[in-house]
Amino acid sequence: MAHYEAVIGLEVHVELKTNTKIFCHSSTEFGADPNHHVCPVCLGLPGVLPVVNKKVVEYAVKAGLALNCQIAAFSKFDRKNYYYPDLPKNYQISQYDLPIAEHGHLEINVNGANKYIGITRVHMEEDAGKLVHQGTISTTPYSLVDYNRTGVPLIEIVSEPDMSSADEAVAYLEKLKAIIQYTGVSDCKMQEGSLRCDANISVRPVGQAELGTKAEIKNMNSFKALHKAVSYEIERQIEVLEDGERVVQETRTWDEARGETFSMRSKEEAHDYRYFPDPDLAPLVIDREWVNEIKASLPELPDERRDRFVKVYGLPEYDAMVLTGTRELADYYEQCVELYNNPKLVSNWVMGDLARMMNVSGQEIQDLRISPHQLAKMLELLDKGTISGKIAKTVFEEMFKTGKDPGKVVEEKGLVQISDAGLIDKVVEEVIAANPKSVEDYRAGKEKAIGFLVGQVMKSTKGKANPGLVNELLKEKLGK
Amino acid sequence: MISLKDVEHVALLARLSLTEDEKQVYTRQLSDILEHVRKLQDLNTDGIQPTAHVLPLQNVFREDRVGEHLPVDQVLANAPERQDNFFKVPKII
Ligand SMILES: [Zn+2]
Repeated sequence: MAHYEAVIGLEVHVELKTNTKIFCHSSTEFGADPNHHVCPVCLGLPGVLPVVNKKVVEYAVKAGLALNCQIAAFSKFDRKNYYYPDLPKNYQISQYDLPIAEHGHLEINVNGANKYIGITRVHMEEDAGKLVHQGTISTTPYSLVDYNRTGVPLIEIVSEPDMSSADEAVAYLEKLKAIIQYTGVSDCKMQEGSLRCDANISVRPVGQAELGTKAEIKNMNSFKALHKAVSYEIERQIEVLEDGERVVQETRTWDEARGETFSMRSKEEAHDYRYFPDPDLAPLVIDREWVNEIKASLPELPDERRDRFVKVYGLPEYDAMVLTGTRELADYYEQCVELYNNPKLVSNWVMGDLARMMNVSGQEIQDLRISPHQLAKMLELLDKGTISGKIAKTVFEEMFKTGKDPGKVVEEKGLVQISDAGLIDKVVEEVIAANPKSVEDYRAGKEKAIGFLVGQVMKSTKGKANPGLVNELLKEKLGK
Repeated sequence: MISLKDVEHVALLARLSLTEDEKQVYTRQLSDILEHVRKLQDLNTDGIQPTAHVLPLQNVFREDRVGEHLPVDQVLANAPERQDNFFKVPKII
């Protein structure tokens, strides 16, 4: 069987976080009543004149700079023509041959290896409306249209076909999302549709220079869906070739429930958008000074921040990468370290217990009830020996659930560590008496047996005994 | 030259249904129009920048401030059919 390689490029749409739409003063606020955030311009009524929202251009330039792109000196808007009920004008205002930004790249890390993924272009365009169907799309005879989203500003970020696996595609999207979020131009919420991703995928025998026929995959609404859809599509195309057939150039949709992609047979003939410059919109001449101002306003981006975390906090590269994955998480971590100066210990708690609990509950760092101040306080209690490492986990869990101060949790639950030698001494005596076999093993030179005895003491003190003290007392009494 | 097939293709994209007679007429008329416009190609355009806009305008911006929305009854006044506050249209997949 021949070996195949996949060639993957992603097209990502990001909704910009402006107050108003791209060409009119209608609000972009999410979740309004249907057709309440519209005006004659975004409804495409005859005789209206679109005017560009300056903030949109600023944000697009900002995103372009963050993605290492060259910003165009001259840029314009074009009409992309197609008929669909979510598009009241029967064309979408987009950018065709003179996009706002081109020739960028970002860096991904998959299995410890770094790789650059090229970014072909970033262009501005307007979003379309939303179609609502009662029942399922196949059974309902009509569509209900809400034009609130029509005209919401988008940037489309097109990558080079530089990825060759589902892992790389996911790593690219994660990094892209992080970079855009850091710049603050978008929330990038996949669930709310402010970040949407399509994939162009083809396969070819290894060593073949010519690209295979590609399929475009749509409707992947999460990182997990992207990974599954890309893996599935690569396998599907390899099977088609292995069967001696040809891959058809087409658009396919990812069906999450069935776990497969299937062809969207479109009534439209081959894409024929008949782009032409929009005569309603004056071209953009981008002032270099403005670009420099925007560049100066860029925050520290994920890669820089990761490198600084390694350098300043002495963290392993992996920790630094995870902690800088979102701006909020990195901010949270730094606030903690500022209050409790042990970067690696803080990292362990944030990436360990905290990340695990957030994962289970589906919480984002913004929803977190443990403040950096509280996390630092808990680590101080641990330092002072007020609580043991084991108890700390219990305290932390309670803090996570209730948002209470660690001191209060310890007090309410009676979790203070027992460091009273007299009290522990009594328990140690009991444990020695009850476990003659282990005592004998230890005295015979089996060092490991002491672990069991320590465990027994901890058990009967419900984890509250100071483990260092328990160890010490046991060794003393066992005469070693 | 415009072929009958071109006319059918453009008509489909524009969602127009044409009779056979109309297709013939438009094939001829569109060809004439294109032939007329083609004369522009005889002009010498060496050293001339492509035109992006017919008026000497650039950077016409608005500030990012929310203005008034259209009342929903007016929004839906032209709807072919209405259901609650939605436009109701035939389903297209
Ligand atoms: Zn509007």
